[in-house]
Amino acid sequence: MTKNAAIEVRGFSQYFGEVRKLNALDLDVLSNEILGIIGPARSGKSTFLCALNRLNDLVRGSRHEGTIRIDGRDIYDPGVDVVALRRRLGMVFATPVPLPRSIYENVAFGARMAGVRGRNGLDAIVRDSLEKGGLWEEVMDRLETSGLKLSGGQQQRLCIARILAVKPEFILLDEPTSGLDPISTMKIEESLRRLKKEYTIILVTNNTKQAARVADRTAFFLSGELVEIGPTAKIFTAPDDQRTDDYLRGRFG
Amino acid sequence: MKRLGPRIEEKAARVALWTLTLITVGVLVFIIFFIMRRGLPALSLEFLTSNPSDMGKSGGIFSTVVGTVALSVLAILIAAPLGVGTAIYLTEYTWGGPVTRVIRFGAECLAGIPSIIFGLFGFILFVTKLKFGWSILSGGLTLAFMLLPTIIRTSEEAIKSVPPAYRNVSFSLGSTKWQTVTRVVLPSAMPGIITGIVLSVGRSIGETAATIFTAGSALRMPTSLFSSTRTMSVHFYILAREGISMPKAYGTAAILIIAILGINLLTYFLMNRFIKKYS
Repeated sequence: MTKNAAIEVRGFSQYFGEVRKLNALDLDVLSNEILGIIGPARSGKSTFLCALNRLNDLVRGSRHEGTIRIDGRDIYDPGVDVVALRRRLGMVFATPVPLPRSIYENVAFGARMAGVRGRNGLDAIVRDSLEKGGLWEEVMDRLETSGLKLSGGQQQRLCIARILAVKPEFILLDEPTSGLDPISTMKIEESLRRLKKEYTIILVTNNTKQAARVADRTAFFLSGELVEIGPTAKIFTAPDDQRTDDYLRGRFG
Repeated sequence: MKRLGPRIEEKAARVALWTLTLITVGVLVFIIFFIMRRGLPALSLEFLTSNPSDMGKSGGIFSTVVGTVALSVLAILIAAPLGVGTAIYLTEYTWGGPVTRVIRFGAECLAGIPSIIFGLFGFILFVTKLKFGWSILSGGLTLAFMLLPTIIRTSEEAIKSVPPAYRNVSFSLGSTKWQTVTRVVLPSAMPGIITGIVLSVGRSIGETAATIFTAGSALRMPTSLFSSTRTMSVHFYILAREGISMPKAYGTAAILIIAILGINLLTYFLMNRFIKKYS
């Protein structure tokens, strides 16, 4: 199974000051899968995503133990270019955060930062990314309006399109539909199923049903520890650990 | 003492607060009216565009307008990059440790120093020690130091009010720190930063004590950075203090007030356009 592991996490712990948010995680993320991560609030799901793209580095007093390897290379190795690393892992946050600029400029942002110049190249990237993000049809005639004017669901798909423009290999989603209505949620889940062909996706969600709907494998986090990971069907029907069962049945969390 | 009924209490509070507001606005209107009534008769295009003669007793104020603009522009050109740069460093590049607190405390102390002390400092350092003489350069540098704390403070507040999520988004999309600061943080903070700078422009235009010591009070048209010059507020001070010409003094004051009002209005206009563009 480790043969096509795209991300290998071994004994990884994350600390902020004296507080340990992740405790000795061991798990693999496979190429072109959707890995769902479920667990109660403060179980370390988001911290795990931010460990993968090293966004945790921006928090004061952040330190870690263990290793995370992407394509066999430790991402915390001092020789790693963090900016280049972050381009490989696009992240979508719980609250849609369009930058205060036009739809076009939101999508083009990452590409511009990566040094793409010239209107033609950018136009193609913007269109392609919006199409993949499932938003092109709705915004093609108003690319110059502010990203803030879109509805919540559209904003979140804009955020997905925005990371696609950077041409990442991985998509990290941190509760991407937590503030959205069912139809917007459905559209985003459809997009994810399509995107799986080209990208490896990690989906953190508070909505266990969402994991059941879209994830190939599901991991259950509790208090910064990985309780278990396995094929989604197994986790939801016959989990190995009693705590997983309790959580899924709503006995806590 | 018996409590008043809640209705009466509410009414009394409303009347009291309304009165206080009225007094504030009243004072402002009275000052403007007072100056304008005395100043407007002296105003004409010629007053604005001709140089003062006979110590300012006759002629206009053109050279003092030029001097004021030159000083303010120089001061802002120096203070804005320094102040905004310091603010960026303090908010984005440090974790808020003891060094940051010392710098911030220092800047705040600087803000509390009376302007005449800045004038004296500028006189000793720039005019005599560095031998710049009474000049636009000495005056501009002194004003710049005086404006720094305000610009740092307002810029810091503006930068801090940019949602942290914007930074996370920017970093997660593979921006460097510098790109995040220049492309995301600064554009969002710009209205606040500009407000701080405009407040500083107003203050530098009106400043008298610091400039009289450092830029001097020459009425000649300044020709270089090393020319001594007289700002409008210094001109007003000298005209009134020496009893040279009260009508000309009030005319100068009126121009000062109109200029500051004009700058504020222009800034509001530009800022509204800027905000519309970015949100």
